[in-house]
Amino acid sequence: MTLLAFDWAFLLEKLILIAIIVLASLGIALYTTFAERKVAGALQDRPGPNRAGPFGLFQPFADGLKLIMKEEIIPSTSNKGLFILGPGLAMTAALMTCAVIPWSSYIEIGGRKIELQVADINIGVLYVFGVVSLGVYGIMIGGWASNNKFSLMAALRGASQAISYELAMGLSLIAVLMISGSLSLKTIVEGQMADGGLWNIVYQPLGFIIFFICALAECNRTPFDLPEAENELNMGYHQEYSSMKLGFYLFSEYVNMIMSSAIMACLFFGGYDIPFLDESKLPVNTAAILGVVSILAKIVFFLFLFMWIRWTIPRFRYDQLMNMGWRNLIPLALFNMLLTGAVILWQQG
Amino acid sequence: MQALTKRRKEVSREPMTFMERIYIPSILKGMGITFSHLFKKQPTIQYPEQKREFSPVFRGLHVLNRDEEGRERCTACGLCAVACPAEAITMEAAERMEGEENKYREEKYAAKYEINMLRCIFCGLCEEACPKDAIYLSETFAPANFNRKGFVYGKEDLLIPDPTTEPEAYAKAKGQPRANN
Repeated sequence: MTLLAFDWAFLLEKLILIAIIVLASLGIALYTTFAERKVAGALQDRPGPNRAGPFGLFQPFADGLKLIMKEEIIPSTSNKGLFILGPGLAMTAALMTCAVIPWSSYIEIGGRKIELQVADINIGVLYVFGVVSLGVYGIMIGGWASNNKFSLMAALRGASQAISYELAMGLSLIAVLMISGSLSLKTIVEGQMADGGLWNIVYQPLGFIIFFICALAECNRTPFDLPEAENELNMGYHQEYSSMKLGFYLFSEYVNMIMSSAIMACLFFGGYDIPFLDESKLPVNTAAILGVVSILAKIVFFLFLFMWIRWTIPRFRYDQLMNMGWRNLIPLALFNMLLTGAVILWQQG
Repeated sequence: MQALTKRRKEVSREPMTFMERIYIPSILKGMGITFSHLFKKQPTIQYPEQKREFSPVFRGLHVLNRDEEGRERCTACGLCAVACPAEAITMEAAERMEGEENKYREEKYAAKYEINMLRCIFCGLCEEACPKDAIYLSETFAPANFNRKGFVYGKEDLLIPDPTTEPEAYAKAKGQPRANN
């Protein structure tokens, strides 16, 4: 009967963890929209939103309320089912990534070991890629269902961009996987934490740059924000969307940013590792909490980097984008992969 | 060709070098520039709380002036309306009756005096045309309004407070003496 003996505490602990992570991701995404405007302001010598609450801290709630209060318009010629599915899919795909991200090692409550990761699956990286490529459907379905040629064109651009950059992203990742020898994000992080282990950025600077550029493209961030190019395509694939459905699209972009920052932190910057500190000497719970702080700090740094780039450079032209993806990044990633393989073989003798 | 400014730059049409083609060095340079702006002083003025000083020759809303005894100076001669290039001023004259000598300075006065602030271009020609120093432009501007009628300012909006009965409000409306006249 052991098969039926279900560990209810395990279910409860995972449900609580999922609730915390989803709510925290949404909360951080909420304030990322605010941070985006503040950073944009600071970089352009202006204060940014500062009217709603102290330092404008309630601005994201005001924005959200505004979006909810707006009239919900579903175009009469649109495909209604798909039109509603689009933003939901974009948001779901964005949030699903957080299941495999190791937020920290584990905490102990009453002798019970609680992993701070929803699911440590042994193909974590592949799972992330699968989910991220699902995100394209959000864009495609939204653009298609709007029954508007500009939305469709933007969606096509978005889809082709995402597909071309996923290739280079995957290739740059293979080099990391060759070093760590595992597809599990937790194992990759632990490999970087181990004694004498350095962060993967030391071994893979080129791989990181390629991965970062592709992450920008995957998140539809400037300089790769062609799918939503405001001044060319009038808003892009979410042109026909209004109210909270538009909010979902905009919001899923920020959730995507957070998730790709977390993945970059795990793959290249040691995840929840604190530099120059041996976590194993600290009490377990303290180390776990410090680990969460550490990975959050890394995420915040990457988010700032995303914004900093957005408010520095203009958008690429479509042919430049495709040239860069297919003719520069993919060969570079392949070269990086070959180089890493050669060095590993040489070290093995 | 002679350059008009010193900031003119020749555009190079040569194909990009390798360093230019990988974009990253120039992007990093740009990021350095934007980062330096994080620490620059912001020129923002927090408007409703802080206001910028107007220059002494600023031409704002019109004020119909009174003399020191509190009598209206305007005699409804119509020279301001004639001078007005935007045709924003309309008026109706009336004769001063017995017992109104403390209200109007001369025998004729403006019974109705309207300026349409949507037409007005704040050029100040009315101020220059007035032979009685009855109209001048102040240092405030017309506030926003929800309908067009609200921008047609009548005598009750334009007339300066009476210096004999409300000296403080009069001083406030009169503002600082102009530097140039």
